[in-house]
Amino acid sequence: MNTTILLLLSLLTGCVVLVLLARGDSRPCRIATPIVFGLLVLWIWQVACVGYHVPFVLLPPPSDIGVAIATHIPILAVDFRQTVLRSVIPGWLIGSGTGLLAAIALDGSPFLRRGVLPLGSLVSAMPIVGIAPIMVMWFGFDWQSKAAVVVAMTFFPMLVNAGAGLAQTSAMEADLMRSYAAGYRTTLLKLRLPSALPFVFNALKLNATLALIGAIVAEFFGTPIVGMGFRISTEAARLDLGVVWAEIVIAAGIGTMSFALLSLLERLVTFWHPSYH
Amino acid sequence: MTRVLPVLCVLAVVITVWFAASVPMNWSQAAALADDNASWADIAAATQSLERPLLPTPAQIAGNMVTTLFFYPITAPRSLLHHALVTAWESLFGFVISLGAGIALAIGIVHIRTLDRTLMPWLVASQAIPVLAIAPMVVVVLGNIGLTGALPKALIAGWLSFFPITTGMVKGLRSSDVMQRDLLHTYNATVSQIFTKLRWPSSMAFLFPAMKVAAPLALVGAIVAELPTGAQAGLGARLLTGSYYGLTLQIWSALLMAALLAVLAIGLVDVAQAVLVRGRGGRL
Repeated sequence: MNTTILLLLSLLTGCVVLVLLARGDSRPCRIATPIVFGLLVLWIWQVACVGYHVPFVLLPPPSDIGVAIATHIPILAVDFRQTVLRSVIPGWLIGSGTGLLAAIALDGSPFLRRGVLPLGSLVSAMPIVGIAPIMVMWFGFDWQSKAAVVVAMTFFPMLVNAGAGLAQTSAMEADLMRSYAAGYRTTLLKLRLPSALPFVFNALKLNATLALIGAIVAEFFGTPIVGMGFRISTEAARLDLGVVWAEIVIAAGIGTMSFALLSLLERLVTFWHPSYH
Repeated sequence: MTRVLPVLCVLAVVITVWFAASVPMNWSQAAALADDNASWADIAAATQSLERPLLPTPAQIAGNMVTTLFFYPITAPRSLLHHALVTAWESLFGFVISLGAGIALAIGIVHIRTLDRTLMPWLVASQAIPVLAIAPMVVVVLGNIGLTGALPKALIAGWLSFFPITTGMVKGLRSSDVMQRDLLHTYNATVSQIFTKLRWPSSMAFLFPAMKVAAPLALVGAIVAELPTGAQAGLGARLLTGSYYGLTLQIWSALLMAALLAVLAIGLVDVAQAVLVRGRGGRL
């Protein structure tokens, strides 16, 4: 009974605070509103789980997830090394890099571009994670097969986005470069690649999430006994949900961090873009 | 023709390279199985028809798909059609849930300022989170409280397709021109009239592209959600059992079937869009 009153009370206060905060138009208000909402969700989750004695296997309270993270740091570190440092980052770099190079190479030939880009966007809409068992067969159980899945998943979004970005320059801008007697190479480096940068960053951000998903899901198909996806699937089957939640929180944190870092880098590199003025 | 020809050329190149690559990829396996006095040509021919090749040829995959699609009764566990229908049903179920929930939430966000300020930043941030990682846990936990079958998979599928639909629909409901909204204000239109006469019609141009992103995501969600349940039915189960037993043909045909389902899903959205465009006299 006490729990119900406490929950209703916090819900009411939370809602009032949120409504008041959302009225404000200043920057602190805009930032504070979602944070307060997040804290409110965590608080209600905690109170409800503890108060109603929700079984741990169903939904552990946030405090227990925090404890699970703190007590499993060695395992989490090993899994982070295996999944993120060995599979995600190399795969993401290779996939995005080759995708960008392929887009530049295609750019020279309109025929190839018209042939490859439609297929590329079709392939990037497909469930590419499914190739994980094939990659495991080809590259073995260790991180190489996961990196290969990540490469396959990140290549096509970058190809399609960079291809669209390179097609962005207007005839006027191209004419201006021609009047400067700039060749293909100069035009590419000084005009077309910079104007494609917002598209490239878009693909990089998209690929960061895709790379994490690819590596984690690929580990569901077989792996040496280490890695975030391996831990999630095996410990979930054994109902040891503390570790699973800890891994999920870490994965969400990595995803958000990489998104934030890439956004920051984008601002630094494309400071001239009209959307920032 | 100028649009189709380049695509066909690239496809032809891909298939030729595939056939060519299958010879060296399967060479060692074919050589190990061949007689001692087999010639190079015999081994090269054998690489094209192995039972568990490292890289099956397109012809082998097509043959396997035709057999498993059409030559087994639909209830048989070997029928690819059976597994494809299971996955298609799960993803459609999830997609419909997320379509309803996403549109409802978007309507709320557009009309209620508090919802906009509190939820939108989280919706944007959630795009960066590998949501698929929670699939095994959700399936196991729901199975533990007695929820098995299509529902847990549909929930994962719906959860994945929910975000593109919501963010697309929020953009769409806001896409109408301020001038037009002001005009409706001068007509003394109510909020619900502005919604039905202006906001909703103009949001369609955003809803359909969002659905085209969301439909394949629902399919991926359903396939991955099938993995942790001990591989009973569905394309994910075909992938997993194929991976356990080294049945490469089964993996490839399940993969191709998933790709076909994705194409079919996008095509269905296109058809729905065409119907709507026709009903509106040629504009979306």
